Amino acid sequence: MTLNLFLQHLSNGISLGSLYALIAIGYTMVYGILRLINFAHGDIFMMATYFAFFGVIIFAIPWYISFPLVLILTALLGILVEASAYRPLRDAPKISILISAIGVSFLLENLATVLFGGVPKPFPTPEIFTSMVKIGTVSIQKLTFYIPVITIVFLFSLFYLIYRTKTGMAMRAVSRDHETAKVMGINVNLIISLTFGIGSALAAVGGLMWGMKFPQIAPLMGIIPGLKCFIAAVIGGIGNIYGAVIGGFILGIGEIMIVAFLPDLTGYRDAFAFILLIVILLYKPTGIMGEKIAEKV
Amino acid sequence: MLKIEDLVVAYGGIEALKGISFEVQEGKIVTLVGANGAGKSTTLRTIMGLIKPVKGSITYRNKDLLKEKTQNMAKAGITLVPEGRRVFSNLTVLENLKLGAFCRSDEKGIKTDFEWIYSLFPILKERSWQLAGTLSGGEQQMLAVGRALLSRPKLLMMDEPSLGLAPLIVKEIFRIIQEIHKQGVTILLIEQNANAALHIADIAYVLETGRITLHGTGNDLLSNEEVKKAYLGHKAAK
Ligand SMILES: Nc1ncnc2c1ncn2[C@@H]1O[C@H](COP(=O)(O)OP(=O)(O)OP(=O)(O)O)[C@@H](O)[C@H]1O
Ligand SMILES: [Mg+2]
Repeated sequence: MTLNLFLQHLSNGISLGSLYALIAIGYTMVYGILRLINFAHGDIFMMATYFAFFGVIIFAIPWYISFPLVLILTALLGILVEASAYRPLRDAPKISILISAIGVSFLLENLATVLFGGVPKPFPTPEIFTSMVKIGTVSIQKLTFYIPVITIVFLFSLFYLIYRTKTGMAMRAVSRDHETAKVMGINVNLIISLTFGIGSALAAVGGLMWGMKFPQIAPLMGIIPGLKCFIAAVIGGIGNIYGAVIGGFILGIGEIMIVAFLPDLTGYRDAFAFILLIVILLYKPTGIMGEKIAEKV
Repeated sequence: MLKIEDLVVAYGGIEALKGISFEVQEGKIVTLVGANGAGKSTTLRTIMGLIKPVKGSITYRNKDLLKEKTQNMAKAGITLVPEGRRVFSNLTVLENLKLGAFCRSDEKGIKTDFEWIYSLFPILKERSWQLAGTLSGGEQQMLAVGRALLSRPKLLMMDEPSLGLAPLIVKEIFRIIQEIHKQGVTILLIEQNANAALHIADIAYVLETGRITLHGTGNDLLSNEEVKKAYLGHKAAK
């Protein structure tokens, strides 16, 4: 394999990893704050791509207005899901809320099928992302470079919010102890809404770039990426945001490299995530960055 | 300042408080003593709005406190040092203290209070960048008290602040409670260490399996035979 080719695969892996990381963060944030695996997260990601389809193609709103709108709408969808399906069950046994999450997932998938039809639709990719650049002898889509850059911008903003602002401090406090956070005067419900909003908006960023990279959208398109990003979050150590980013990149780069180096295994590409999951669960169940979490009393 | 009347609290049908009434007067140190499971923590948690009572009333400065959400208590001037410290172990000492002042926006006042807390607990200043989870038990207790004070409470409730601490630190904590009180903070204190609590309390109530069985001044109860037998142990009863 030439260096050129290797670099091409690597940049591909990095951009896929970026997408996984963005989506994995939503799983890990929600887990951190509610100890819940939000099974609907992959479907929220799917909904974001439809919002973009409607904005750009149906309503003909330019992409630079549509895309920010998509982030807002997806954030609102996440907030709505929490408020209607999870909040009423917050004091119920954990299994109830988990089942509710699965229910929301099915609901969104079927709703999308009914409303938008099962036939895949094209994703409205703006020209400026698809044009090619030539580096040496290889030409690469600009998107491949934009994706990691955009991801880094959003990740930095997220880390800034969480580790440098008062709101972020409140989020971290709530993730440790709801009751004591309330005693401090923190509006716990608001913080939880915010967490869902942010997680969903990041999934929307991932969804938009996913749509540009694989420009076909369908109601069930969220299932596999959703599963893989959940795995990425577990590999990184669920509840830990850095972990989700690391897990996302490991998965993205790993997947691309397997196909690149062992073309015979191309058909098993999706199995890579699951094998990695099994290995992690066997040897380091808390994930790469995971700490031992004492069960909440 | 705080008036509790006929408060009944139940956990799934089992009554932990069976109709208690008591009062906390402004500027006083009031203590509730009682054995394990008497309902002391339940009382404080109910005042804080963390548990909804079956019946009864809680009034704070002529306001119905049962209508307030927990998250608004700090602004109203009420705070709690919870049982078992419950510092945010994933946050630094400094962040924990800042969370204490979460509901405030008077930057100047917060700064003065930080200085006051650092003078009460110099160790917290030294350790301000350390994760709270890595502090020793006594240090965590100091952090929990400091954090509560940063909300500049008018009523400070403490649930067993001396639990599990070495005698020397217990003494220090009680000294600090008195110092906080001198600053004009009203205190509702729960203690297993009845002896120490009664010594500093103006008013004391004895709670026995969900009922208040005795009350009086701290000194009254210190010399009460039953209290001596049940809560002060043989040393004080001698
Ligand atoms: N969440 C709960 N669910 C069910 N029962 C509870 C709960 N919390 C407390 N209880 C019960 O209510 C009673 C009073 O408990 P509480 O914690 O108020 O006691 P306490 O006086 O603070 O005791 P300690 O000195 O051991 O802290 C106990 O019998 C306890 O078992
Ligand atoms: Mg207790």
